[in-house]
Amino acid sequence: MPAVSKGDGMRGLAVFISDIRNCKSKEAEIKRINKELANIRSKFKGDKALDGYSKKKYVCKLLFIFLLGHDIDFGHMEAVNLLSSNRYTEKQIGYLFISVLVNSNSELIRLINNAIKNDLASRNPTFMGLALHCIANVGSREMAEAFAGEIPKILVAGDTMDSVKQSAALCLLRLYRTSPDFVPMGDWTSRVVHLLNDQHLGVVTAATSLITTLAQKNPEEFKTSVSLAVSRLSRIVTSASTDLQDYTYYFVPAPWLSVKLLRLLQCYPPPEDAAVRGRLTECLETILNKAQEPPKSKKVQHSNAKNAVLFEAISLIIHHDSEPNLLVRACNQLGQFLQHRETNLRYLALESMCTLASSEFSHEAVKTHIETVINALKTERDVSVRQRAVDLLYAMCDRSNAQQIVAEMLNYLETADYSIREEIVLKVAILAEKYAVDYTWYVDTILNLIRIAGDYVSEEVWYRVIQIVINRDDVQGYAAKTVFEALQAPACHENLVKVGGYILGEFGNLIAGDPRSSPLIQFNLLHSKFHLCSVPTRALLLSTYIKFVNLFPEIKTTIQDVLRSDSQLKNADVELQQRAVEYLRLSTIASTDILATVLEEMPPFPERESSILAKLKKKKGPGTVTDLEEIKKERNSDVNGGTESTPVNASTVALPDSPLQGSLAELVIGPRPRPSRLNSSHLAIHNLQTGIPPLFKGFFTSKSTPSPSADLLGLGAAPLTSSAPPPSTTGSLLVDVFSDSASVVAPLAPGSEDNFARFVCKNNGVLFENQLLQIGLKSEFRQNLGRMFIFYGNKTSTQFLNFTPTLICSDELQSSLNLQTKPVDPTVDGGAQVQQVVNIECISDFMEAPILNIQFRYGGTFQNISVKLPITLNKFFQPTEMASQDFFQRWKQLSNPQQEMQNIFKAKHPMDTEITKAKIIGFGSALLEEVDPNPANFVGAGIIHTKTTQIGCLLRLEPNLQAQMYRLTLRTSKETVSQRLCELLSEQF
Amino acid sequence: MQFMLLFSRQGKLRLQKWYVPLSDKEKKKITRELVQTVLARKPKMCSFLEWRDLKIVYKRYASLYFCCAIEDQDNELITLEIIHRYVELLDKYFGSVCELDIIFNFEKAYFILDEFLLGGEVQETSKKNVLKAIEQADLLQE
Repeated sequence: MPAVSKGDGMRGLAVFISDIRNCKSKEAEIKRINKELANIRSKFKGDKALDGYSKKKYVCKLLFIFLLGHDIDFGHMEAVNLLSSNRYTEKQIGYLFISVLVNSNSELIRLINNAIKNDLASRNPTFMGLALHCIANVGSREMAEAFAGEIPKILVAGDTMDSVKQSAALCLLRLYRTSPDFVPMGDWTSRVVHLLNDQHLGVVTAATSLITTLAQKNPEEFKTSVSLAVSRLSRIVTSASTDLQDYTYYFVPAPWLSVKLLRLLQCYPPPEDAAVRGRLTECLETILNKAQEPPKSKKVQHSNAKNAVLFEAISLIIHHDSEPNLLVRACNQLGQFLQHRETNLRYLALESMCTLASSEFSHEAVKTHIETVINALKTERDVSVRQRAVDLLYAMCDRSNAQQIVAEMLNYLETADYSIREEIVLKVAILAEKYAVDYTWYVDTILNLIRIAGDYVSEEVWYRVIQIVINRDDVQGYAAKTVFEALQAPACHENLVKVGGYILGEFGNLIAGDPRSSPLIQFNLLHSKFHLCSVPTRALLLSTYIKFVNLFPEIKTTIQDVLRSDSQLKNADVELQQRAVEYLRLSTIASTDILATVLEEMPPFPERESSILAKLKKKKGPGTVTDLEEIKKERNSDVNGGTESTPVNASTVALPDSPLQGSLAELVIGPRPRPSRLNSSHLAIHNLQTGIPPLFKGFFTSKSTPSPSADLLGLGAAPLTSSAPPPSTTGSLLVDVFSDSASVVAPLAPGSEDNFARFVCKNNGVLFENQLLQIGLKSEFRQNLGRMFIFYGNKTSTQFLNFTPTLICSDELQSSLNLQTKPVDPTVDGGAQVQQVVNIECISDFMEAPILNIQFRYGGTFQNISVKLPITLNKFFQPTEMASQDFFQRWKQLSNPQQEMQNIFKAKHPMDTEITKAKIIGFGSALLEEVDPNPANFVGAGIIHTKTTQIGCLLRLEPNLQAQMYRLTLRTSKETVSQRLCELLSEQF
Repeated sequence: MQFMLLFSRQGKLRLQKWYVPLSDKEKKKITRELVQTVLARKPKMCSFLEWRDLKIVYKRYASLYFCCAIEDQDNELITLEIIHRYVELLDKYFGSVCELDIIFNFEKAYFILDEFLLGGEVQETSKKNVLKAIEQADLLQE
């Protein structure tokens, strides 16, 4: 039965809790809970008014049930009632319930805010405290909007109690985190900074957290906090252990505050004022000195608190990265911890040293600990500690110790935990490449990686080894020999087969002179693995075979026999079958010259960031894997007022945003040998977009949807050039051999997205224009129907031939949008304009837009253009006028979380009221004047008509001029409609 | 700090405090995953672990695990002592606290936590001041 129940016992609650605890099974528990819920519901609904105590008890029971993990969908109103009780405990339970269970869309928000407002104004510190705790716990935007202006006043008012100040500071901090736009900076900020001097250490502690967070975003505003923080810190570290009374924790003076002050100082570069700087250095030295003193207590709390301050001081030293003396001392201190008996300290030391390794002042000092770290890798019993050791080895690696570190990591990989293998593989691959003096070592290392942990070697790793081998002719012979030898093993990893197949296909001839690796032996060796491999590997091997046909004409018939066999020609897999058919045909009909050209050795890959590095970065987040230079740049830019304004990371420029793009492109064009030379004249094939010769078709599995294959093409043709290279050669070889034209949709024309957005709020205008062609639009919509006139203007004096515009809808879109049109005349005379009519029917709501693809011949070249056609959901809006009362009634009716969509965004255009109004009307809804109590806000209403349903939509746009932001809220009866409309309209301001 | 969880050796959640907005579904998922991860660790292992992009700091007191999720720049050791100070506060208030006290007086455990930590930051580190606030509140009740 219940243990001590302090304060006000709620007997009913205690009985209920013991009942639950006595339940023998989950079912019994649920049954008991349902019984209780029914009981509470009937009490709440009953005619008899409940007294405060009962209400409190039931609300508390509901809370308990919720915390057990069950859903609670009532009781909110009763909890809100408790807020206005005069009895402290009732109020307190009410607030607790709201803090835990409040739903930000709840209609109760206004009532809750009212209760909070009353308590804040009550001047009763305990009530104020409760109200502030509630705001800090909920932290919603609604609360920010309501109270962010008030709380700074409470915080800096002279007569506010200390405890209220503390709550107000942290409450404001929470609101600033969720809704910075509602917390305006003002003259209160300077007074907050002065709280660092407050007599009450609790106030200083809370204020320091607030200032740190604010200073990160507004460094100038809080600059004066630096000197105040330094002097406060100085007073703390020099105080005797008893000076601070209850703020001393196990003989450590104010450890929490010290840590926070040191954190605050990390928002800024080293102080400019020499006196402040000197004082800070003294503080840091004192902290480092104290670490060497004998402990004042054997308790772990003493050492933890002391070391917490020490580690934070070291972080600051590393952050400043300007005092070699301190950096080296920090490194030595961490070195001691590396061998400490406390696992926690070893872990933290490894972690901190990682950042020290990137400072030029301490890199060498860190390196002296290499043996200890390697030992940690071997002996630590906790995988999270070993992980830190791997990170540190990686960070301390340079040319001088790379061979040792890579060897140790490979060694460890044999027994490493599965959870960290992939990361170690990536790290080894990166180090091996980065510090390879001798590329034979690099090749050996990667092959070892595949041998030891083949399953964890991702595509990026083996793509990379192939790129390097292809780009460096000094290593090609060695690579061929090594993979050939590795393939001799009876069981080898499929990744090895891939690398082996690719390399031998390119460079097998370099070892074919040796009778032990004659062409036939190479072929038989590879083919012996063929049947054990997956489809992609087999496809790659088939490409190797066709390359062999060119390299080794003497085994051509053997290869043709293999290609001709039923298991290839009639393979159930389309890709394999197609390759076999095409390669067999190619080897039969093409002359030796053509074969030699088509199957020539791959040209070097353009130099770019290793895709492996990109992958590791993605895995670990930036900073942890970049090298010394980059880390320094990044850190400098973090420092407010630091020197570098934007760290330009050359490597990220090469691969714009996703490492996936690079690897995806490589998947297609990279390691898979293509029967074509990728040289400049052939690049022209793609860039002229003359369509894809049939041979290629099988490679880029052709789909009629535009994006996936089209993107690959775009990237594949020119991974590094974003603009189209000059169309130098027109009559290129492959076009000659295999006639032309096969329709592949071009990627979206540049600027298409912007143009598309412009049409969301209007119906007529120019959709696309280049030197040759102009596309104009005129459209009208009524209910769920619409008609669009598309005008194609030939801007040149030459005829367009084979002019074919096509509308493309994805399968999903097709089921919700019905588009009908007639083909246009395939010839467009110079200077002429043709018109195409599209009839539109909206069947159900939809997200995407159809693509308009236009292909034609101009002069000798094939043109292929794709643009997004601006048929958007809002076109089927019908405006609805309504009065304020109706509006808000409907607004409330649509209060399910799924029905509402909200977006807060920065203004992209000047915030002009008239333009905004015009846009909302253009968007299709009615603009309702004098509905919103705030005249600066815009509200709109309308109905979206689709064939199947009509969807009522309400919208509200709240501009915040000061922050140059908007908040847009959409409420409709259908989730997807809210989402789409919100998306579309958000782009307009 | 992003959140704090208290759970028993059997994996029963005894207290949860979230300082970042998350849906109930996400909260349940995080709790399930973390409880599993932490319970699987052996006694001598280190008190910190990387989890998603957060750092987890945990410590076991008798049958209860106290577990905090902090951000990358946050200080692990001081978080460990946040846990300890909270345990001390509970201990002082209940008089040698045990799991049952927290089960039967969960609301008190929340009130004490709110006095100590607010918005994920330490509000008041003085044991005396925190307990004074709570006791004053207890006096106000009737």
